Amino acid sequence: MRRLSTIITVLLVLLAVCAGPAIAVEPDEILGDPVLEQRARKLSTGLRCLVCQNQSIDDSNAPLAKDLRVLVREKLVEGYSDQQILDHLVDRYGEFVLLKPRFGGQTMLLWLLPGIILGVGTIFVIRLFRRKYEPADSVSPLNKNEEAALTKILDERD
Amino acid sequence: MIAELGHYALILALAFSLVQSVVPLVGVRYRDASLMISASVTAVIAFLAVAFSFAALTDAYVSSDFSVLNVWQNSHTLKPTIFKISGVWGNHEGSMLLWILVLSLFSALVAIFAKNLPGTLKALVLVVQGWLLSTFLLFILLTSNPFERLIPPPLEGRDLNPILQDIGLAIHPPLLYFGYVGFSLTFSFALAALISGRIDGAWARFVRPWALIAWISLTVGIAMGSYWAYYELGWGGWWFWDPVENASFMPWLLGTALIHSTLVMEKRDALKIWTILLAILTFSFALLGTFLVRSGVLTSVHSFASDPTRGVFILAILVVFIGGSLALFALRATTLKPGGLFQSISREGALVFNNLILATATATVLVGTLYPLVLEAINGTKISVGPPYFNLTFGPLMIPLLIAMPLGPLMSWKRSDLMPVLARLYFVAGLSLAAALIVASMTYGGPVLSVLAVGLAFWVMLGALCELAERSGKKGTPLKTRMARLTGLPRTVWGSACAHFGVGLLVLGIVGATAFDEELLAQLKPGETMNAAGYELTHEGLGVRKGPNYEEEVVRITVRKNGELIARLEPAKRVYQARKSTTTEAAIKTSFLTQLYVSPGETFPDQSAVIHVWWKPLVVLIWFGPVVMAIGGLISFSDRRLRVGVPTKALKKGQPANA
Repeated sequence: MRRLSTIITVLLVLLAVCAGPAIAVEPDEILGDPVLEQRARKLSTGLRCLVCQNQSIDDSNAPLAKDLRVLVREKLVEGYSDQQILDHLVDRYGEFVLLKPRFGGQTMLLWLLPGIILGVGTIFVIRLFRRKYEPADSVSPLNKNEEAALTKILDERD
Repeated sequence: MIAELGHYALILALAFSLVQSVVPLVGVRYRDASLMISASVTAVIAFLAVAFSFAALTDAYVSSDFSVLNVWQNSHTLKPTIFKISGVWGNHEGSMLLWILVLSLFSALVAIFAKNLPGTLKALVLVVQGWLLSTFLLFILLTSNPFERLIPPPLEGRDLNPILQDIGLAIHPPLLYFGYVGFSLTFSFALAALISGRIDGAWARFVRPWALIAWISLTVGIAMGSYWAYYELGWGGWWFWDPVENASFMPWLLGTALIHSTLVMEKRDALKIWTILLAILTFSFALLGTFLVRSGVLTSVHSFASDPTRGVFILAILVVFIGGSLALFALRATTLKPGGLFQSISREGALVFNNLILATATATVLVGTLYPLVLEAINGTKISVGPPYFNLTFGPLMIPLLIAMPLGPLMSWKRSDLMPVLARLYFVAGLSLAAALIVASMTYGGPVLSVLAVGLAFWVMLGALCELAERSGKKGTPLKTRMARLTGLPRTVWGSACAHFGVGLLVLGIVGATAFDEELLAQLKPGETMNAAGYELTHEGLGVRKGPNYEEEVVRITVRKNGELIARLEPAKRVYQARKSTTTEAAIKTSFLTQLYVSPGETFPDQSAVIHVWWKPLVVLIWFGPVVMAIGGLISFSDRRLRVGVPTKALKKGQPANA
């Protein structure tokens, strides 16, 4: 019980750090070159603020997020490609830093499952319609009264 | 004393719900009507007991009784009364109590209002509700007692997390729980049907109103939560694909599928097995959401493992209820007779397509939400699954759904042809294309996909209108006849058209706010002006304001357009004394559907301030769209066929109810 409340307290503190004054990117970080800055913003939205709960470094104002934003911009100025920067960050912080997990052995199912589920679902649906087309032999023939009623309706139509 | 009474009332409620879990079942077994009817009585008493308990906790909060541990942890004497009340459910114990209150309320509502329900079905539904209620009462009594005492009582409380001190907390969780827990009834109806073995179109008609109430609440609740996050968190985001959000979104997606499949079951007696499964799964996802949010498993698998009492308890509830109901389903579903036949191109076919996509979308969100947890539990690898994943997987799934949306309602039941339906939509397609082209020319060089999405939004909206127009008569029908026919249409038709129109609005809002927004960030000295999206924002100086339990630093900003003053905005940073924590209060200027969102940043000794400005065109539609969808749900809900047992009106028109 006490442990849990400690954890919650720590979390709330973390949340307060992250969610506090919410401005994320600060003016002194912004690069002079708008093309590079654009790339920096795009990269930042895909990188996780490691001490926050589910926030990108672009949104977070935790000190670590700022460090990462500055790091990304430094590398961009040094002429790194987007991919090189991502690789560099993964080397340093692990796959955890990427909000969009890379396709690999561990994440294969993650990326393939939606397609597999859709495929299986589609097959089910197709089979459903196939089955429906088979003549149902449980249909009982009309009795005399029903037949008379039907003829009457059909006659009226003509 | 009152706290002890509240605690006692919970135990009383447990006793009554245990009776409700067993006695009516015996009644059903031995066909004893009085035993079956007892379910209604116990349901109402259990609700009253839980309501009393809830009132007792609320009283402790309002009177700042810090001898109750829960109140001390989450309240403060200086907190405004409304936040004292909403603070009741701003914590684990209190929110579980609210959960239980809503659960018992729904049981009582069925007991009192479901008069046309067959006795056996009603008794069985309440039995399953009794199982749920007693389980959750046990959970709260054994692991999360909100009435635990703290002796000696401290003089002052620790206050509520400032982010939660907002009108959003007063409205969002109750609405969300109404939705979540409302689906407990569809679950109970499904189990009752499986136990009794009687499943037909009438069952769907009984379930539909409850599914609709739950869906309406969940729709508004999620939209409300999104707006709350948007203005409170202060960086202009409105959906984060956060696990907690996903936890509420999954039951919504499945619930949406459910209200569509009950249509097929009600009208055509088909898709019975699937609809029952969907009714079970929808609530299972609500339970899963409760588990994810309440067990702490989301923050880290490790924090879950370090104090597992609550988590394991809810996990056990999950396993027993979901596993048990699915086992019962597997046992009984095969005995169900398949219902009405239909071809793939038909109204039923379109609704099956809707269900296929929505179920896949739910599974996708589930995979994305649980994958990191499972992977970490298996081999300790930590990965993040964030918005880019969901945008890439969930996003594309929505496209065929949106394309099909106007087609479905124009198709006839049993068998239909695609070409005539498409022919009726030529006009709509043309107009949507025109809308997309206009947007493209206005935002030359803008993203192509967004332009297509605008077209899609109009396709959905105009398609909804087209359905109404089509039903009012063929070409050449005089306007008077059309109007008469329109007013005579069943309310469900109006309801679905309205809800579909709302979806179109939502899509339009999403595209506008994400693809055509503008963002600007600057550090301004007092008197300096920045230009953003055609507005001139001037920093007029800093100020300090005192609230009841906080102090805030305000940045005074005037907004001008072409030199004319249109707004004074005061975004602020608040410091709450009790927890020494800060929140950002963004300032928002709404002009019709578009918002100017101003968030304050750091301030400096020379009085200069960092100001972050977003211009978000059509962003209001993101929340207005769901409201329109919910209104559609309400219109559908008011249809008399849902209240009256037999659809006499439909029979008169010569359309057999059971073809």
